[in-house]
Amino acid sequence: MAITLIVFLPLLAAIIAGLGNRIIGNVPAKVVTTLALFAACGLSWPIFIGFLNGSSTEYVVPVLSWLRSGDLQFDWALRVDTLTAVMLVVVTSVSALVHLYSWGYMDEDPDQPRFFAYLSLFTFAMLMLVTADNLVQMFFGWEGVGLASYLLIGFWFRKPSANAAAIKAFVVNRVGDLGFMMGIFGTFLVFGTVSIPAILAAAPGMEGATIGFLGNRFDLMTVLCLLLFIGAMGKSAQLGLHTWLPDAMEGPTPVSALIHAATMVTAGVFMVCRLSPMFEASPTALTVVTVVGACTALFAATVGLVQTDIKRVIAYSTCSQLGYMFFAAGVGAYSAAMFHLFTHAFFKALLFLGAGSVIHAMHHEQDMRYYGGLRKHIPLTFWAMMAGTLAITGVGIVGVAGFAGFYSKDGIIEAAFASGTQVGQFAFTIGVVAALLTSFYSWRLMFLTFFGKPRWIQSEHIQHSVHKTPEQAGADTTGGYHPHESPMPMLFPLGMLTVGAIAAGFVFHHSFIDAEHGAAFWNGSLFFDAHLMHEMHEVPLWVKLASTVAMLIGLMTAILMYLVNNTLPAKVAGALSPIYKFFLNKWYFDELYNHIFVKPSFALGRFFWKVGDEGTINRFGPDGAAVLVASGSRMAVKLQSGFLYSYALVMLLGLVAALTWLMVR
Amino acid sequence: MNDLGFPILSLMLAVPMAAAIACLFVSANTARWLALIATLVDLALGIVLWMNFDIGGAQWQFVERAALFDRFSWALGIDGIALMLIMLSVFLMPICIGASWEAIQTRVGEYMAAFLLMEVLMIGVFAAQDIFLFYIFFEAGLIPMYLIIGIWGGANRIYASYKFFLYTLLGSVLMLIAMFWMVNEAGTSDIPTLMAYDFPLEAQSWLWLAFFASFAVKMPMWPVHTWLPDAHVQAPTAGSVILAGVLLKMGGYGFIRFSLPMFPDASVDYIWLVFALSMVAVVYTSLIALVQSDMKKLIAYSSVAHMAIVTVGLFAFNRQGLEGALVVMLSHGLVSGALFLCVGVIYDRLHTREIDRYGGLSINMPRYALLFLLFTMASIGLPGTSGFVGEFLSLVGVYEVSSWVAIVSTTGIILGAAYMLYLYRRVAYGVIKSDDVAAMPDLTKREIALLLPIAIVVLWMGVYPESFMAPMRKDVGALEARLASAKPVGDAQVKLGATPVLSPAAHAEEGHH
Repeated sequence: MAITLIVFLPLLAAIIAGLGNRIIGNVPAKVVTTLALFAACGLSWPIFIGFLNGSSTEYVVPVLSWLRSGDLQFDWALRVDTLTAVMLVVVTSVSALVHLYSWGYMDEDPDQPRFFAYLSLFTFAMLMLVTADNLVQMFFGWEGVGLASYLLIGFWFRKPSANAAAIKAFVVNRVGDLGFMMGIFGTFLVFGTVSIPAILAAAPGMEGATIGFLGNRFDLMTVLCLLLFIGAMGKSAQLGLHTWLPDAMEGPTPVSALIHAATMVTAGVFMVCRLSPMFEASPTALTVVTVVGACTALFAATVGLVQTDIKRVIAYSTCSQLGYMFFAAGVGAYSAAMFHLFTHAFFKALLFLGAGSVIHAMHHEQDMRYYGGLRKHIPLTFWAMMAGTLAITGVGIVGVAGFAGFYSKDGIIEAAFASGTQVGQFAFTIGVVAALLTSFYSWRLMFLTFFGKPRWIQSEHIQHSVHKTPEQAGADTTGGYHPHESPMPMLFPLGMLTVGAIAAGFVFHHSFIDAEHGAAFWNGSLFFDAHLMHEMHEVPLWVKLASTVAMLIGLMTAILMYLVNNTLPAKVAGALSPIYKFFLNKWYFDELYNHIFVKPSFALGRFFWKVGDEGTINRFGPDGAAVLVASGSRMAVKLQSGFLYSYALVMLLGLVAALTWLMVR
Repeated sequence: MNDLGFPILSLMLAVPMAAAIACLFVSANTARWLALIATLVDLALGIVLWMNFDIGGAQWQFVERAALFDRFSWALGIDGIALMLIMLSVFLMPICIGASWEAIQTRVGEYMAAFLLMEVLMIGVFAAQDIFLFYIFFEAGLIPMYLIIGIWGGANRIYASYKFFLYTLLGSVLMLIAMFWMVNEAGTSDIPTLMAYDFPLEAQSWLWLAFFASFAVKMPMWPVHTWLPDAHVQAPTAGSVILAGVLLKMGGYGFIRFSLPMFPDASVDYIWLVFALSMVAVVYTSLIALVQSDMKKLIAYSSVAHMAIVTVGLFAFNRQGLEGALVVMLSHGLVSGALFLCVGVIYDRLHTREIDRYGGLSINMPRYALLFLLFTMASIGLPGTSGFVGEFLSLVGVYEVSSWVAIVSTTGIILGAAYMLYLYRRVAYGVIKSDDVAAMPDLTKREIALLLPIAIVVLWMGVYPESFMAPMRKDVGALEARLASAKPVGDAQVKLGATPVLSPAAHAEEGHH
C-alpha cells in the first residue's frame, strides 16, 4: 500500500543516512533522504485528492501486533481517513521542501548526514502520529517527534544555549506527556480499549458519567479530556507549557519551519480534532480548551510585538496562531481549526524559510534592529515573505477573494462569534484583538527587515564579515556588505510555499469549512457541526469586517511607527515602560518557572541526598551500626574480610541448623 | 524429566561451575577464553531452553528432582517468568566477560571464577524448586559479588561491601526463620506446593514482613537503598552490569514467587506500605539523581526509581501491573546494564567517573554517542524501546487501583528525562574541554560487540514485546487468579450518568444551538 511506503520510506532513509553518516558522505545522505521525502509527498497528494473528490473511504493497514496484556491490546497500524490525509499532505509537502531547502541552508555544515537523518526520522515519527489508530501509537509518534525535536534543537551541540533549549523542550513536553499518559490510562480504564474508533464510538454514551480521581469525584469525560488536553498543551506550546517553543529557535532555521511551525507543534490541535467526539461529550473541557487557546493567542501576540530576533517573532506568532486553532476547536469548529492548521503550515513554513533566507543573506545575523532596506538586495525572498505576511494577516476582500489566512483565520473568528456561547464571545473578542496585534508585529517584521535604511554595520556578524567597526564604516551603514539572494534549492521551496500561502485558502475553503461540502469531505473523521458551519457564514457583516478592520489598524500603526516616523517606537516603549518590559521579558514565565520548579528541584535533590540519605538513613543505619560494632569489638580493622566470612558463616550455620532440625524431628 | 532427554538446567549450572574451578588453575589469558566459552555455551543452552519451552503448556517445565536427604532435594524447574530471567542472566554474562577482557589485569583467574560462580548462583535462584535450595542460591550469590567489589573494586570498596553486608544480613535471617516455619506448617519445602498452600491469615502478616525485609533490600526499596549507590560506584564495570542487570531482579522475583502467591491476603494488607515506599522512591531518588556528579551514582539512583515502578506494578494485582513489572525488570536489566557498560567504556579511557571531566564526546566518539543516546532514551522510556512497554503497563495497572499512586509514579517520566538528558548533555554534548578527552578513540570492535546485541534486544522488546511476554502470560494468569480473591478495589468507580444516552447522530444535531 502507498501509505506503508509513505510512512516507512522516511524511516529507511533516516537509517541509511544516520548509520551511513560519514561513510557514505554528504551527497548520498542528502539524495537518499530528499528523494524519500519527495516520493512520500508524491504518494500523499493522490490520497488527499481521493478524499477531496469523495472517491476514497477510510481504511486501516495493519503492520504488526504490538502489545497484548489481558484486555489491553493494540497493534502497529496505519489509519487513513480525511483527517489523516490532510495531515499527510501537510507533513510530507513541507518536509520535502524543507529537505530541499536544507541543501542550500546547511551547505557549509560539516555534519549534514546527521541533520538529514534527523529530519527524515522526524517525518517518520510525525507520520506515525497522524496515522495512529490507537492512542498508544499516537503516543509513540508524539514521543518520536519529541525526540527528533530534541535532537534538532540541539543539533549544534557545541552551543550551550542549544543544549539547554533542547533539554527544556523535552522536559516541558514531558510535563504535558504526564497528562497524556494519565489520559490514556483513564481512557483504558473506562472504555477497556485504546483503539481510537472504539473510544470515539463509546464516548457520547459516557456523557454525565462520573469518576473518582485523586480522591474526588469528577465528571468522567471532563477528567479524560483535560488530561489529554494537557498533553496537547505541551506539544502545541499553549500558555503555561509554551516556554520551550521560543527557545527551540536555537535549532537550524529549516527545523524551525518544519517542526516548530508547520507540523509537530500542530500535533496537539490534531489530537483534539481526532478525539473531537470525546471532547464534545464534555462542555467543561471544551470551555477550558477555548479559554486556554484564546489566552495563548493574545499572550503570544503581545510578546511578539516587542521581540527583536526575527525567528522569535515568528515563533511567538506560531504560538499565537496555535491558540487560534485551539479556540476554534473549543467552540466546536474543528474543521476550521484543521483548515487553519493546513493553511498555517504553508504560510508559516514560508515565513520561517524566508527568515532563514534573510539570515543566510545577513551572515547569520538574526536581530531585526540590524537589518533594514533588504528589499532591493534579496527581492525574491522579499516577495515570498510578503506573500506569507499577506496570508498571516488575513488580507482579502469580503465576498471576493483573499490570501490563505483570510479564509482560515477569519473563519475561526467568525465561528467563535457564531457559536453564540459566552465563552465563544470572549474568544471572538480576543481573536479580533489578537488579529490586530498579529498584523502589527508581522508588518513590523517586514518593515524593519526590508524597508528603511540599512543598519547592518551595527551587527557583530556583519562587522566580522567586512572587518570594520561602525566607526570605521562612518556614514555607510551597510559597512560595504553585500547580501546575496539565496541559491536555487532554497528559492524553489519558497516559491512553492508562496503558491500555498496565496492559494490554499481560496482553493480549499469549500471543502474544509463549507457547511455542505465540509460534511462530505470530513466524512466523520472529526466531529463536524454543519449547523455551526452554516451559522459561521451567516454572521453579521460587521463581524466579517471586524478582523479586516483590525488587520488594517495593525498595518497603519506599523506603517506609522516603522516607515513614517521611526522615532515613535522608542517613545512608545519609554512611555509604556512597565508594559514594554513585561512583554519584552515574555511575561516573566521563565523566571517564574526557574524559581518555583528548576531551582527547588535541584535544592531538594541535594537535600534528600545530603540530609536524607547521608545524614539520616546512613547515619542511623549502617554507619551507626558500624560504630556500635567497632566499639563492641576491637576487631574493626579486620572487618573487611570479617564480613564476608561471618556472613557465609551465619548462612551456613542457619542451614545446618535447619537441616539438623528437619532430620531429628 | 523433559523432552530434551538430558537435565538441561543442571547442565546449565554445571558448565559455569566446572569452568569456574578450572579458571583458578590456568593462566590469565586461558581463563578469559575459558570464561567466555563457558558463558557462551550457557547462552546457547539458554536458547535451547527457550526454543523448547512449551508456551501455554505445563506451568513447570524441565523439572528435575533428586531427593538428597530427608525433605531436602535437588529440585529444579522453570516457569515462563524464570525462563525469561534466566535468559537475561545468560545473555548478560558473556557481555560481562567481554567487558572485563582488558579492564581486569590482576588475579584474572579468580575474577573469572567469581563471575562464573555468580552465573551458577543466578541461574540457580531462578530455577530452584526447593525453598532451601533457593535460599542457598539466593544468599550465596552475594559472596562472589562481595569478592568482585572487595578485590577488584574502587578505593572505597570496604565501606561499600560493609554496607551491603549489614543491609542483607537482617533480611536474610528473618527470611530463613520464616522459611522454617512455613516448611513445618505446610510439610513440604517444594516451592510450587507452597505457592498454592493457604497459610493461616494471622501468620501471613509476619511471614510477609519477614520476606519483605529481604526482598526490599535486594530490590532495593527506599529507605534501604543506600547500599546500592556505594556498591555500584565501587564495583568494576562488569560487576555493576550484573548487579543492576540481574541481582536487582531477585527482589522482584522474590515478590512474584513468594510474597504474592504464598501470602496473598497479607500482600493486600501491606499494599499501602509498598505504594508509599515506592512513591517516595520515585520522587526522592530521581531528584537525587539530578544532582549527582558521579556517573555511576546517577545511574544507581535512577535504578532505585525504576525498581519502584516494578513494585507498584506488582502490587497493582492485575494483569497489566504484573506483566508491566516483569517487563520493567527485563528492560531495566538490559538498559541499566548497557548504561553501566557505557560508563565503563569512557572510564577505561580516562579513569574517572566525574561527569564534568567529559563533554563533547559526540565529536570524537560518534558511535559511542549514538549507542549511549539509544540507551538513555530507553531509560527515559521512549516508546519503541523496551523501557516504555514495561513502564506503560505497570502504570496502567496501578492506575486501575489508585490514581494518586499512578500520578506520583508517572512524575518519574518527567524527572527521568531531566536527569538522563542532563547527564547526556554533560557527557556527549558541548565542547571538548581537555586534550586527554580529545584523545579518546571511538568504540573498539570489542565494545561494539558488547553494546550492539543489547541495543538490538532493547529495540526488539520495544517494538514486538510479544516474544518476551508470551512465555510469561500463563504464569501471570495463574498468579492473577491466585490473587483474585484479595484484589483491591480501585478508586475510579465509574458511574454512568443519569441523563438518557443520545445516539451519536442525534447528539450531533443537538450540538451548539
